[in-house]
Amino acid sequence: MRSEQQEKEQRDNKPQDIEDIQPDAELAEQGEELSEDLDQILDEIDEILEEDSEEFVENYIQRGGQ
Amino acid sequence: MTTPMIMGTETEYGISVKNARDQDPVAASTLVVNAYKDRELKGVTWDYDQESPLMDARGFMSEGESDTPDRENNSLINDILINGGRYYVDHAHPEYCTPECTNPRDLVIYEKAGELILDLSRLAAEELLPNNQEIIIYKNNTDYKGHSYGSHENYLMSRTVPFQDIVDGLTPFLVTRQIIAGSGKLGAENGSEETDYQISQRADFFETEIGLSTMVARPIINTRDEPHADEKLFRRLHVIVGDSNMSELAIYLKVGITCLTLQLIEKGILGERFKLSTPVTDIKKVSRDLLCKTKLILEDGRRRTSIEIQREYLGLARDHLSDASTSPIMSDVMDKWEFVLNRLEADPMSLNGVLDWVTKKKLIDAYIQRHGLKSSDPRVRMLDLQYHDIRPDKGLYARLLKNGRVKQFVNREEVVHAITNPPVDTRAYFRGTCLKRFPNEIHSASWNSMIFCLNGSSLDKILMDRPHFGTREIVGNLLSNRCAEEVVKEISANSS
Repeated sequence: MRSEQQEKEQRDNKPQDIEDIQPDAELAEQGEELSEDLDQILDEIDEILEEDSEEFVENYIQRGGQ
Repeated sequence: MTTPMIMGTETEYGISVKNARDQDPVAASTLVVNAYKDRELKGVTWDYDQESPLMDARGFMSEGESDTPDRENNSLINDILINGGRYYVDHAHPEYCTPECTNPRDLVIYEKAGELILDLSRLAAEELLPNNQEIIIYKNNTDYKGHSYGSHENYLMSRTVPFQDIVDGLTPFLVTRQIIAGSGKLGAENGSEETDYQISQRADFFETEIGLSTMVARPIINTRDEPHADEKLFRRLHVIVGDSNMSELAIYLKVGITCLTLQLIEKGILGERFKLSTPVTDIKKVSRDLLCKTKLILEDGRRRTSIEIQREYLGLARDHLSDASTSPIMSDVMDKWEFVLNRLEADPMSLNGVLDWVTKKKLIDAYIQRHGLKSSDPRVRMLDLQYHDIRPDKGLYARLLKNGRVKQFVNREEVVHAITNPPVDTRAYFRGTCLKRFPNEIHSASWNSMIFCLNGSSLDKILMDRPHFGTREIVGNLLSNRCAEEVVKEISANSS
C-alpha cells in the first residue's frame, strides 16, 4: 500500500494544470448526472440533428483518403 | 543517447456542402483552406524537395510517382501556419498537421487548435458561397460507405532501432489500443463481418500487417521512411491505424501510451513477447468486442484479452520507464492508462464522458430507446456522424462538452493561444516565429527547411534536421532582436 507521503510526492510532481481523474467519485457522479439530465441532452439532439437525415446520410460520400 | 520525445498528428477531415448541386470535395477543401490564409503569407509555398514518400523503411524505394505541384497550385493548396503546423488540401480533404510537440498534453492542445482553425475557415469560406449553402466538416474517418480518410500520428525514433523490432513490439499494441482510442461507429464496412456497433472507425480498413500504402490495402504498420530530420540519426514512425478523436483524454492517452511503447521498443525490451497469430483478423475482432473480454491467441499459444495485453505493456512501462527522469506528464499518462484499463475491465460503459466510443454508444442507445428506433434508422446514423461535426452549435460532442458531460482536460485559453503561437520547445518555434516576424522574406518552408528570399532574387535555405532544436531557448533572442538577413547570416555561420 502506498504511504501518504508517496501519494503526496506523486501529486506534487504532477503538473498543476493536469486535472487528476478521481476515478470512483467522479465517475459515480457522472453516472448520476446522466440519469438526471439525459432528457435534456436528448431534447437538444432532437433540435439540432440535421433535418432530412435520410437524404443527408445517403448523400454523404467522400473520396477515400489516406 | 535517449531520443528526444517529438510527436505530431495529421487529421484529414470529411467535408460536405449542404444544398450544393454537385459535391466537389476538392473544390470545397481548397475553398476552406484558402479562406483561412493570412494575407501576408499568401505567397509562401511548401518545400517539396525535402519529401520522399516512396522510401520504404525495409530498405528499398517503392515504384510510383509522387506529384509535386507547380508554384501556383502549391500556394493554392498549402498553408504553413504561424503555430508551426501545416494546413493543406490532401487529395479531397482538408488536412491539419500539428506542429512538432514534445509531450502528449501539448499535442492535445495543438490538435484541438486545429479543430478551431477548421471552424474559422468554414465560417470564412461560407461567406463566399450562396446564402443557402452550408459547409459541414467532420472530424471522423469514414463516410460509412467504404471510404476512409485518415488520422495519422508521427513519432521521432532512433535510427538504430531495427525496423523488425518496431513491427514485433508495436503490432499487438496497436491491435488492442483501440479499446482506449477508438471513436466508435455503427455497422461494418469494407467487407468485414456485420455488426451493429464497433469500437473503431478504421479497423475494418486494415488488410495487411505491414506495407507502404496508406490508401488501399492499408497496413497495421506503415513503412514510410521519410524522417523529415537527419536520416542518419532518426526515423519518423508513421502510425496510420488510429481513429480521429474528439475526446481530449483519448488523444492524450492514444499518443502518450504509444510514446511509452516506443520507448520500450527502443530499449529492446519487447521483442516478440506479444506476437499475435492473426493480427489482421484480431484488429477487427477487438473492434467488435464491446465488453473487451474476447481472448486473442498469441503465436506462442497463450490467450489474452485486449485489456490483459494492454495491462502487460503498462506493467513493462512501469518497470522500465519509471525513474527519476520520467516527466510528470508521462507518469500521469501511466496512471490514467491504468485507471482506464481498470474501468474497462469493470464495465466499459462506465467510461461514458471519457472515451469516444463509449460516450457515443451511450448517446445512441439512449436515443434509440427514447424514439423506439432501429440502429439502422437514418436519424441514428445521423447522430453517429454528427458527433464529429466541428461546429460548436451543431456538433454533438461539442454540445456534450458545453453541458459538462464529457471530460475537459485542457483549457480553452491554451487552445486559442495555440492557434497563433508555436510550441516553444521544438523547431516549430523557429518555423512559426519566422513566419510571424518575416512574412515578406519567407519563400517556402517544410518540416525541416525554411527558405528565405532576402533581396527578391537569391534563396537561402536553412535546414532544420534536429526537431528538438530551433527552440525559444536556442533562437528566441536571435529572432526577437535581429532582421531576417542577420538571422540567416548568423545561422549559416554557425552551421557551416
